[in-house]
Amino acid sequence: MAHPMMATLERELTLYRRLWQASVFSSFLLPLLFVLSIGVGVGSYVDANGGLGGVDYLSYIAPGVVITTAFQIGIGESTFPVLGGFKWTRSYQAMRSAPVEPWHMVGGHLLYLMFRGVIATIAFLIIVGSFGAMHSWWAPATIPVAALVTVSVAGPVTALAASIVDDSYFSLLFRFGVIPATLFSGVFFPVDQLPEVVRPLAYASPLWHGVVLSREATLGWPTPWPTWVHVAYLIVWTAIGVALANWRFRKRLED
Amino acid sequence: MTDQSLIRARGLVKRFGDFTAVDGIDLDVARGEAFGFLGPNGAGKSSTMRMIGCVSTPTAGELSILGLDPVKDGTRIRSRLGVCPQLDNLDPDLTVRENLTTYARYFGISRAAAKQRALELLEFVQLADRAESKVEPLSGGMKRRLTIARAMVNEPELVLLDEPTTGLDPQARHLLWERLFRLKQQGVTLVLTTHYMDEAEQLCDRLVVMDAGKIVAEGSPRALIETYSTREVVELRFGESPLEGFRDKLVGIGERTDVLPDRVLLYADDGDAAVNEVHRRELAPSGVLVRRSTLEDVFLHLTGRTLVD
Ligand SMILES: Nc1ncnc2c1ncn2[C@@H]1O[C@H](COP(=O)(O)OP(=O)(O)O)[C@@H](O)[C@H]1O
Ligand SMILES: [Mg+2]
Repeated sequence: MAHPMMATLERELTLYRRLWQASVFSSFLLPLLFVLSIGVGVGSYVDANGGLGGVDYLSYIAPGVVITTAFQIGIGESTFPVLGGFKWTRSYQAMRSAPVEPWHMVGGHLLYLMFRGVIATIAFLIIVGSFGAMHSWWAPATIPVAALVTVSVAGPVTALAASIVDDSYFSLLFRFGVIPATLFSGVFFPVDQLPEVVRPLAYASPLWHGVVLSREATLGWPTPWPTWVHVAYLIVWTAIGVALANWRFRKRLED
Repeated sequence: MTDQSLIRARGLVKRFGDFTAVDGIDLDVARGEAFGFLGPNGAGKSSTMRMIGCVSTPTAGELSILGLDPVKDGTRIRSRLGVCPQLDNLDPDLTVRENLTTYARYFGISRAAAKQRALELLEFVQLADRAESKVEPLSGGMKRRLTIARAMVNEPELVLLDEPTTGLDPQARHLLWERLFRLKQQGVTLVLTTHYMDEAEQLCDRLVVMDAGKIVAEGSPRALIETYSTREVVELRFGESPLEGFRDKLVGIGERTDVLPDRVLLYADDGDAAVNEVHRRELAPSGVLVRRSTLEDVFLHLTGRTLVD
């Protein structure tokens, strides 16, 4: 018998099969254009000055941008789609009338986002790999890293989306969370170049941990802290996020 | 008898903060029955339905559904219920057929069985030709029928319908009533809420009249009318207003009068005789209508208010 969590995952996949074209641009084309234009364009200047850490600039940013894509899928797909499931389509209320528990809904949603993060990562790796940006046989390890980054941020954002009725919080989240994290988590330049006072913010961001793990995989660069610490940090975010999301879903659906 | 009850409630209460939405009601719904909650907006019908559907926890009182405790066995109960909520919650981005098949999967129904079941149900609610259509362009009546089909996907023993025809045009309502009547004939237990007295009369074997969280009367539609109203009602309209002055002038005709803002109701077993008496007193009404008593009259008598405002 199918588990209800798998049934909610199946629903998301059915929706994705219908709507995937809409996400092709943001999940595949945009990051690719980004990495190629900056990597090749800006890269020609960086590389003329000796590259960054001994590799060409494209190879430097590719592992960062791929994790950023997973990060943005995890956040973006947990904002309006989750709020809408309570407020507009009421799909979660519909599931609740069936024998589906809040944690099944949260689990199905996160599994779906893992899937989204993984396919975006695979497509990206294949293409930038063909431009010679993969320097290690460990490169496929980027896939589980991306999956972990996706769920580590999807959990807390799902909890937020399940708690609010007004979507204006999302623009705050993007302005003060997602955009600064994308710019200052070591994707485009090393975190050491940030002023010392703001560096801890980068260390706190799940994105930075994902980026350093991804560089370890594609470039063979050692991580600043032991690998397991970075992985554990992302797992802690995931665990707390899942617990928060479960709690908020339960609250939202009970009365 | 009690162990035959699909729904049994004693002193059931639902509060939201200080506000009491359901104020100590008793219910017994037997297998195979079509049972209704009739009451105006805000009476507490949906709050009661949500407790029966195990998505809302009772504040106080006893409740058992299918012989199980909703707090402990909510999941098991829900797997045997069909629910058609007051607000539509179909998946707008899925097709009509996918709405049924994805919902079936929540009940652990296999993909093949879900597909088969969806075909049968779309046939049943006369939406087979729309199977591949999106939900959005469907009319209100079609969406309602799809929601009812979805509620039937797990072959439920008990189906809860919260205002199944509110907002539909007469033709769509009749089609829906006819489908619900079929379900009833198949032995499915139906529990529905409505503020349309004709709907209650059409569909319900037995109903409770609800007002302000309380049950004010209970019985079959016919028994309620016999107990709380007369066989016929005369509606009198007069050119002038206010109408309050007519109360005295009509004393002694029929059993009772109710003065409404726009008309006076005379309750009498023989409507024509009452009309004759009105004319004999030379009251000169501008409009006269003799009709059979309805649940609307019962409600008015019990609560002093009309059902639909
Ligand atoms: N979740 C809720 N929180 C606060 N008040 C509620 C809630 N749900 C219903 N009510 C109130 O309870 C009363 C009964 O509502 P409801 O059960 O929906 O009535 P009906 O279905 O008969 O129209 C209404 O006054 C409504 O405002
Ligand atoms: Mg209601």
